[in-house]
Amino acid sequence: MFKKLMLLKIVLLLPMLAGNVVAQEEEASVLESEQGFYRLSYESQLNPIVINQMHSWILHVDNADGKAVSDAEISVGGGMPQHNHGLATAPSIMAIGNGNYQLQGLRFHMMGHWELELSISSGGIEDKVLVVLDL
Amino acid sequence: MKLSFLSSYSRSLSVIGLLLLAGLLSWLFLAYKPPAAWAENELRLIASLSLSTLPPLPLDPSNRASADPVAQELGHALFFDVRLSANNQVSCASCHKPELRFTDGLDKAKAIGQSRRNTPSIVGLAYSPWLYWDGRRDSLWAQALSPLEDPQEQASNRMYIARFVTQDPEYRGIYQSVFGEVPDFSDRSRFPEHAGPGLKTAWYAAWETMSREDQQLVNITFANVGKAIAAYERLLVPPPAKFDDYADALVDGQQVPGDIFSNDEVKGLRLFIGEGRCMECHNGPLFTNFEFHNTGIISYPGDLPDRGRVDGLRDVRSNPFNCQSVYSDREPEKCLELIHAREGIELIGALKTPSLRNLSDTAPYMHKGQIKTLKETLEHYNDAPFAMIGHNETEEPLGLLSFELRQLEAFLKTLQAPLEIEQRWLQAPQ
Repeated sequence: MFKKLMLLKIVLLLPMLAGNVVAQEEEASVLESEQGFYRLSYESQLNPIVINQMHSWILHVDNADGKAVSDAEISVGGGMPQHNHGLATAPSIMAIGNGNYQLQGLRFHMMGHWELELSISSGGIEDKVLVVLDL
Repeated sequence: MKLSFLSSYSRSLSVIGLLLLAGLLSWLFLAYKPPAAWAENELRLIASLSLSTLPPLPLDPSNRASADPVAQELGHALFFDVRLSANNQVSCASCHKPELRFTDGLDKAKAIGQSRRNTPSIVGLAYSPWLYWDGRRDSLWAQALSPLEDPQEQASNRMYIARFVTQDPEYRGIYQSVFGEVPDFSDRSRFPEHAGPGLKTAWYAAWETMSREDQQLVNITFANVGKAIAAYERLLVPPPAKFDDYADALVDGQQVPGDIFSNDEVKGLRLFIGEGRCMECHNGPLFTNFEFHNTGIISYPGDLPDRGRVDGLRDVRSNPFNCQSVYSDREPEKCLELIHAREGIELIGALKTPSLRNLSDTAPYMHKGQIKTLKETLEHYNDAPFAMIGHNETEEPLGLLSFELRQLEAFLKTLQAPLEIEQRWLQAPQ
């Protein structure tokens, strides 16, 4: 009887869990790379992102078929094009498995329009994703 | 003929006079026109500057004593103690004078000798990831150690200070209650009277005779002295000023309180968050991003242009008391500011953005006190001269009119407020 109830609970809960996952995926917007080889989504440790605070992001990289890319080399650059200057810090990126990467050491020191350029390379395929932020 | 010439002459004069009058009236109109209501995006910017948005001071994980009340007492006493200097006349408070917002009113600091740069205020610095104009230290405690051994400042040495603080009857007990074990420095064959690396030849030579373990014991005690001073300095945070009252009233959606800000102050604030572009660097509730910028400040007479952050970064990375050092209480891999510090040509001649709170007490301005008044400071940014080295980030002149600069100055003065801290912390302990 108890087991049946548990099973029922699990069956009832499953769609809710799935719903949550979908909702989260929708929140983290998916960006396509310039030539369409990769799709990138990110989640910031800070929400909303505020200036003058060191923080990290979790990036997720899929290929065009939607398969997670776990062996990519990713480098990050960027800055404020309107002010002609780069980032306030030198962030680093580390693979943490299942197509996820930790982008560590971000701190934005001005309000306004920022651009982060992520260069992704896996299996000899290079492409870029531009992340645009208005702080 | 002669008469008609005169009449045409006087007509021209009247026309010129009328034009001048019209010009003057429009000038006055521009200057005295009541300010417009705030737009939504302006309100957002204003709110971001209010002290109400300042998060509580986070602990400094590199300093386990950072919020210890007993360490604050010890640090308070050490901050005002002239015995930490070679001539028994100079304490931290000699240059960081409480009555001048912990500055000294001089171009460049004068202690035992003359220091290289202007004394910055300590108020609110516990929020800064970097210390000094060039960010050559990465914690309040590591900063506090440098003047103690600087030949131009307190000119002492770490061996002397470590022994003094742990042997002095006033300090010994309190040191022990904060940091635990008090090392035994009584064996003069192991621990000379004066010793320290890179200092006077005799002191350096004495340091070199010591074993690495003994040197480390001295360094730990010396670092603890800095950690206690830092615990005291963390008490110095800016209080809300007239601007914060105004901003909070606006954000609360109250009727814009005309009696808090004058028209000039409102217009100055509008310029500050807009056309004046001040908020690009002087942002957040402390009016600073604690970052490094080259704004084309002319070098001090007789000095070479200051290389600023380029040198500061090299220095902090090799500093034996930095966040990743064995004397820091933080795990080295968590020293994110140090690990992710940026390099690059933008940092040539770049110096740290100072807070704009309480400017009336902290003149002269800039890293060597090159600019004496707020008026001249605003004129500097309005002109945006070429940098002597590196590149002036402010790029182009602001082109503000003289009354607009006056309004900006009026606004800056609304950031003034006396410290809200018990008076006893602002003087030597009795």
